[in-house]
Amino acid sequence: MNELLLGLADDELVIGWRDSEWTGIAPMLEEDVAFSSIAQNEIGHARAVYELLAADADALAFDRSPTEYRCAPLVQLHLLEWARTIARRWLYEVADEIRIAALMAEVPVAAKINREETYHRMHAEMWHERLRDEPRFRSAVTELWPYALGVVLPEQRGELAARVGIDEVDAVERGTLDPSFRALHEEMTMVRRSAPAGARW
Amino acid sequence: MIYEIFRQERKGQAFEHAGSVVAPNAEFAEAWAREQYGRRGESAALWLVPRDAIHDVEGWADEFDLKYRRVDGYSIKARLKEARERASSRPR
Amino acid sequence: MAAVEIPQDEQAFLEYVQAGGQVETTDWMPDDYRAKLIKFIEMHGNSELMGVLPEREWILRAPTLQRKLALTAKVQDEVGHAQLIYRVVEDLGKPRERCLADLVDGKAKFHNVFHYPTKTWGDVGVIAWLVDAAAIISQKALLKCSYAPYARIMKKICWEESFHILHGRDVILAMVTGTREQFELVQEALDRWWGPLMQFHGNPIPREEDPMFIWRIKSQGNEEARQQFLEGYVPQIRELGLTVPDPNLRRTDEGVWKYTEPDWNELKHVVTGHGPRTEERLAFRRRFLDQERWVRDAVLAA
Repeated sequence: MNELLLGLADDELVIGWRDSEWTGIAPMLEEDVAFSSIAQNEIGHARAVYELLAADADALAFDRSPTEYRCAPLVQLHLLEWARTIARRWLYEVADEIRIAALMAEVPVAAKINREETYHRMHAEMWHERLRDEPRFRSAVTELWPYALGVVLPEQRGELAARVGIDEVDAVERGTLDPSFRALHEEMTMVRRSAPAGARW
Repeated sequence: MIYEIFRQERKGQAFEHAGSVVAPNAEFAEAWAREQYGRRGESAALWLVPRDAIHDVEGWADEFDLKYRRVDGYSIKARLKEARERASSRPR
Repeated sequence: MAAVEIPQDEQAFLEYVQAGGQVETTDWMPDDYRAKLIKFIEMHGNSELMGVLPEREWILRAPTLQRKLALTAKVQDEVGHAQLIYRVVEDLGKPRERCLADLVDGKAKFHNVFHYPTKTWGDVGVIAWLVDAAAIISQKALLKCSYAPYARIMKKICWEESFHILHGRDVILAMVTGTREQFELVQEALDRWWGPLMQFHGNPIPREEDPMFIWRIKSQGNEEARQQFLEGYVPQIRELGLTVPDPNLRRTDEGVWKYTEPDWNELKHVVTGHGPRTEERLAFRRRFLDQERWVRDAVLAA
């Protein structure tokens, strides 16, 4: 169970970190504000779950080596381009809904997260509706599909495939480190690593 | 399309104009206005109104003193004083 | 009461706004007033939008989850302000796409402080605390702007800026109570930012000669704003043991702050597009404006 929760928290942390990179440069100012809120929410979810798993959520979020993170490769990808960013958001939200639904009975915080995710799903679905016929969006979905499958457990993949409407393929599994993740980890920990013990942030 | 946004700060209060967003449809307008005007819990509800749906009315002619319709059309102070004086001097 | 009639000739209109009268989008206004409004408000929008970039660089580097969230929220607020402000400009007749095109083409100005690099996490604190403090002083003076739609959005903007100052001060407080190195980092950031901060409110021209004051677009003079900044923040800086890097800074018995003349040539040079990070930041903005144009075309098409 802790392994599942750590995977969930790391997914939320890293997708939040990746999506926060859009703050200030999204395609429209209105979307910029909305997208940033989603990124903040995801990081808030990560923090809530880390707090279940450890006394110091920050230590868990920042002080591990890259290989110790349990996030799915989907969220690690560096996609500073809107078609792929929004394709990832949509695929992630569909996968996340399936994964969280399975956790809600046993983990109260999952139900709380789920209530906030409702808005994220509305947002993702709205974008999916608007861009579904755009060739760039469609090719992004195809490209990211094997990664999306890696977010959920093998027994949940049939449901994910049915919801997304694409046949199941080999998944890019959790535990695989995307080459871009080391650079992200380097950047997200650089200030924290810069000061010796006794430092306050 | 431009949507005018009206914001209600707390339940029971009047909706007040807060600004506008440009959005392709009500769904996007909602997603965007939700965050622009409510992300800190500062709104209890929003109204999203397409600007074109607003019928603008302004300017009232008041050339012949219609003050009797308002409180400032009534200065009862002097008359009230007189009435009170009469009442106190009236034998009971 | 009969509805207030907006005077339809320039002189009477001027007297109307100088007496505290306010104007709505659909009212008649002199061409010069409209042009000044667009110029002033557009520069404010540009500053919010460009002000995003120096801090955005640190969103990925924030050292705790709490700081990460607070900094992201602050930058998000600035984007939200740009949205509110550009909508006002758009209703005055200049579309957002044109504002953005002029901005990235270097044809429009933005505030001096956003042309400088952010070198350390100390800068993040100094910007959120002191740059935002300087900005809120200017923005509060816009609450009484003669152009009512602009004055109205300023309420929300000032409300949100007040969180930024708290966030910034909190970052600074954490660092000055941390290690010696952290304290030095804050002092070093303050040393670099003091010059631009003193230039922030502009040349001390008499307000009666400032067209933006004449039209009552703003309601205070430049020097008035700077004095307010010094009065409010120098004591707050000094109480933390930090040194304001100006040996001539002192408060007279009449409560007037004296200081070394800011470098007005630097200010002029920087805001005309020659700041240390101007070109790089405009290029960055241009890149994303171009890269994501297809999204605006796809989504905003009716």
